[in-house]
Amino acid sequence: MLTLVAALLALYGAAALLGVVGGRRVLVPVYVLSGLAAAATALGAARFLASGAAPETAVLPLGLPWIGAHFRIDALSAFFLFVLGTAGALTSLFAVDYGGHDDDPGRVLPFYPAFLAGMSLVLVADDAFSFLVSWETMSLASWLLVLATHRQSETRSAAFLYLVMASIGVGALLLGFGLLAGGSGDFAFAALRGAALGPWKSGLFFALAVIGTGSKAGMVPLHVWLPPAHAAAPSHVSALMSGVMTKVAIYGFIRLLFDLAGPAQWWWGAVVVALGGITALLGVLYAVMQSDVKRLLAYSTVENIGIILIGLGLALAFHANHLDLLAQLALIAALLHAFNHATFKSLLFLGSGAILVATHSRDMDKLGGLIHRLPMTAVAFLVGAVAISGLPPFNGFVSEWLTFQAIVNGALLPQWLLKLAVPVVGAMLALAVALAGVALVKAFGIIFLGRPRNNAAATAQETGALMLAAMLALAALCMVTGVAPQLVLALAQPAATLLLPHGAGLDLSSPLWLAPLGPDHSSYSGGVILLAVTFLAALLGLVIHRFASDRARRSAPWDCGFPDTRPETQYSAAGFAQPIRRIFGATVFAARERIDMPAPGDTRPARFEISFRDPVWEAIYAPTARLVSLLADRLNLLQFQTIRRYLSLMFAALVLLLLIVAVSQ
Amino acid sequence: MRSALLELLQLALPVGLAPLLSGLVRKLKARLNGRIGPGLLQPYRDLSRLLRKEVVLAPNASWLFRTSPYLIFAAIWLAAAIVPTFATGLLLSRTADLIALVALLGTARFALALAGMDVGTGFGGIGASREMMIASLAEPAMLMVTFTVALVVRSTSLQHIAEYLLTHDVGIRISLLLGVLSLLIVAIAENARIPVDNPATHLELTMVHEAMVLEYSGRHLALIEGAAMVKLLLYVSLVAAIFFPWGLATDIDDARALAVGLGSYVLKLALAGVALAFLETSIAKMRVFRLAELLGGALLLGLLAAIFLYVSQEL
Amino acid sequence: MPIFANPAYDTAHLLDTFVLVLSFALLYQRRLFAMITLYAWQAFFLAAAAAWQAYAQDAPHLYITAAIALVFKAIVIPLALHRIIIYLDIHRSIETALGIGPTMAVGVGLVALSILLVLPVTAASGALTRESLAAALSVVLLGLLMMITRRNAVSQVVGFMSLENGLILAAVGVKGMPLVVELSVAFSVMVAFIIFGVFFFHIRERFDTLDVHDMEQFRGEGR
Repeated sequence: MLTLVAALLALYGAAALLGVVGGRRVLVPVYVLSGLAAAATALGAARFLASGAAPETAVLPLGLPWIGAHFRIDALSAFFLFVLGTAGALTSLFAVDYGGHDDDPGRVLPFYPAFLAGMSLVLVADDAFSFLVSWETMSLASWLLVLATHRQSETRSAAFLYLVMASIGVGALLLGFGLLAGGSGDFAFAALRGAALGPWKSGLFFALAVIGTGSKAGMVPLHVWLPPAHAAAPSHVSALMSGVMTKVAIYGFIRLLFDLAGPAQWWWGAVVVALGGITALLGVLYAVMQSDVKRLLAYSTVENIGIILIGLGLALAFHANHLDLLAQLALIAALLHAFNHATFKSLLFLGSGAILVATHSRDMDKLGGLIHRLPMTAVAFLVGAVAISGLPPFNGFVSEWLTFQAIVNGALLPQWLLKLAVPVVGAMLALAVALAGVALVKAFGIIFLGRPRNNAAATAQETGALMLAAMLALAALCMVTGVAPQLVLALAQPAATLLLPHGAGLDLSSPLWLAPLGPDHSSYSGGVILLAVTFLAALLGLVIHRFASDRARRSAPWDCGFPDTRPETQYSAAGFAQPIRRIFGATVFAARERIDMPAPGDTRPARFEISFRDPVWEAIYAPTARLVSLLADRLNLLQFQTIRRYLSLMFAALVLLLLIVAVSQ
Repeated sequence: MRSALLELLQLALPVGLAPLLSGLVRKLKARLNGRIGPGLLQPYRDLSRLLRKEVVLAPNASWLFRTSPYLIFAAIWLAAAIVPTFATGLLLSRTADLIALVALLGTARFALALAGMDVGTGFGGIGASREMMIASLAEPAMLMVTFTVALVVRSTSLQHIAEYLLTHDVGIRISLLLGVLSLLIVAIAENARIPVDNPATHLELTMVHEAMVLEYSGRHLALIEGAAMVKLLLYVSLVAAIFFPWGLATDIDDARALAVGLGSYVLKLALAGVALAFLETSIAKMRVFRLAELLGGALLLGLLAAIFLYVSQEL
Repeated sequence: MPIFANPAYDTAHLLDTFVLVLSFALLYQRRLFAMITLYAWQAFFLAAAAAWQAYAQDAPHLYITAAIALVFKAIVIPLALHRIIIYLDIHRSIETALGIGPTMAVGVGLVALSILLVLPVTAASGALTRESLAAALSVVLLGLLMMITRRNAVSQVVGFMSLENGLILAAVGVKGMPLVVELSVAFSVMVAFIIFGVFFFHIRERFDTLDVHDMEQFRGEGR
């Protein structure tokens, strides 16, 4: 398997080189090569997992001379390689058609394979140094991809913010690894695994790991960079960033906290569960408010990361209390949700790309009625929307159901804080899932239903065949995973067993029912639901058409007797979200509505303005930014000194360092 | 074999009885208002008349608009068949637990909201937007009730819940009382009854559910109305199965127990109909934005129920 | 997981629950008259709880507490408040300092807090006493919450009385608690004084007329 990964990395490298030299002409080969490599990754990883092979390791004489570069594939890496490969292959397929529509394909081509390669490397890295280098490769490649649309000013600010946040994240990781390695200087994961930290140091390591990986995943309050960056990137890159890169961050989280950190403490679980609940709820509330479809999807990524974090936090809490069976349940729920989110979020971002190509707009208020113009895209987008809203029989529901099952068993936790926190988090998760339905009904309803709101939407044409094929394949994956989650769960179970070896005993074998804790507990079957609903609906249709009436006539809509043919009279994106804004807006967003109604006789138009602020931004980032610029102003003095002053500063620094060395000896 | 036959009965029962329940509520409300009101069987007559009428579609109605009624009815029908009505241990009961049931109803609502937006009229949008707002609070409230019960029973399967509460003496617990209160509010909201919504109004701006289905006609309307009736019955069965499971037959081979189960089920339905009629005549409809407080209250009650359970448990 | 079934405790809990739910209903209610009616019902259920405890614990002096609660709190005070409101022509809608939703969320948090408080203290006693005590403490805290989130004088008084209901509820729930009757008499007298204070001093609308909030509005700094 490792040799396969090495070969594939070479393939990515070739594709990237090709992209550098070829420019626009090599668009098809670059995406085909990347897609093939990703597909091979997925297949190889699935085979590795299904065969139950032992972990493979390799040491290459690269990187720092006294460490070398360690690589390792175990069940956890393989599962995430599978996620990466699946989404990456279909995204690349989409890009073969879509890539030509980018503003400047030459700015995307070299970095796209490099991005995929960086993410694959993170998943196989087995020492701190190569992990961080791969992590930075991934960040940098995605940053350059975001910059592909650099002509829009919002892209530039989004990219700057992304760069700052990525630096903070990697800084935290660097410190964390340093803490774990201590003075030994051995940065191989095998050595770090054995490091026994005291309670204080392990707590600090936990905090650093959460900041480092959480900032990449889009955890609140470190999420601010994610929506603008994901929305600004070209759509197939957004699909990869939201669908896969956040999962790589989740992989980092699991690797650091379940594998390297040593024995878990129960309060880690409490912190992660709380962060997850807040992330899920705030993310989805923001998603509901958006009227730009890509921003809506990006905020929904924040929500789904929250759901995954809830699962992981529960797993930590159960694990710390030696309830490893339930820990496995929660972990498997999180892993399955990671896979599911990779499928439906990639699907939805690709769908937004198709809409963008067809109508040149991301603004929902300029679309409408696309179900008639883009029928296949509409079907695929609808599947993604239903799946992400956590509704049966699609896959989003299965992982949320498993998470709920873990929550229901939260009463077994001995700590009172956790006991009380678990139902609260359950309520937050339930709210988040229900609100996700609102956000996606809004997105699908405004974009695809109703009447077209402008000419571009009225004359849109279905786009390339490969784009459709990629989206429909992802939609089929959502369906299959929903009906037969056992297929993916079988791939996730080795990872859970690897990390929590004492928790074996989850029952995922039955092909029809999903009853993880045994037949005396809850069970669910997406297949039966799908079959039964289809059968009942077909039966109803047949009987009614045969025996009652099958006549239909087209006529103007009724609309209570006042049908207005202007498309502006339809509900807008902001209008649809208004009830939710009224409920949560005042407290969560500090939303303000301003109505400017001219006096009778005045000819100026009436205006209605809504403004809302991100409370996290106001509370944390704005003061920090002010502090940084204040400090920068002060430090600016240092730039205008005489040479003698500079020399004395350097001299002082040298003496100080020597003093520290002398004192510490 | 016997199990399959009973399952068929379980499938037929909600669809057969739902219009009668709605008819009973309407009749009682009319009597309480001092009117004679239509007969108990009027909903059946309404539905069969609608089924035979032709459908009038707006020019830009898509396939979604035409298929949604079938999907909605089928989903709610299946959900109703999963709730134990007169006996536990039937075939379909393993298909979905309480969480899946909530989500199945969510799928139906998703389809209905989209259908409301399909024609692109103002009323469809207002209905869909408000329906989703109500659902976004009612659904979590219902899940919280589920958690509360699941914390007692250690399972979210309706069958296990009903059997456990039948065979164990759990007494009257603060949490179960809070839970039933929360579930009742949810049931009223989800079924678009007063004070949340008015099923009989003719003022479109005050409606939620009726505004959403304004463009439906003929057989499609019959299916939507029928689905609403089945949903009402489903919630009554749900409250009965979780909080008042007395009379449920746990042994499907015992004919006498089955008869008792059926009889008590019909009795519970009738009682619920009477209670609903009295409730609806005695209070007024709320403003739409007060609903958030009511449903948020239901959610918090559900949460409170779960929290209180820890106190009462010897964990 | 054994759950005891015991009719004495079950009934007590049923009544406790009603008192607690009515506390939340008080937090939720925006109209003055409806609020007073809710308070009357709470007092009624408190009386019922006290009477039931008198019967269950075989402590006849608790019947006095029940009678005081029934006559004084469930009937006399609500009627008096009703008349005061009409006589003084007080605004019938209640201004809240915090929205209804957040207030209720804080309320749930307070209930969780009181559970956390009660648990370690009563670890030795059975689950059933815990439940009663936790409910009573919650009612007390919710009453306090109501006092600080309402700007209207009458509703603050109602909040105080509801708080006092919680105290009595706690007192009657614990077996062998001394001075329960004296306690309830003392509190009733105090409530009466407060109400007469409102009445005689003709404090209209608000206790906090000198609230800085109003001054800000004068200076044009209001929200």
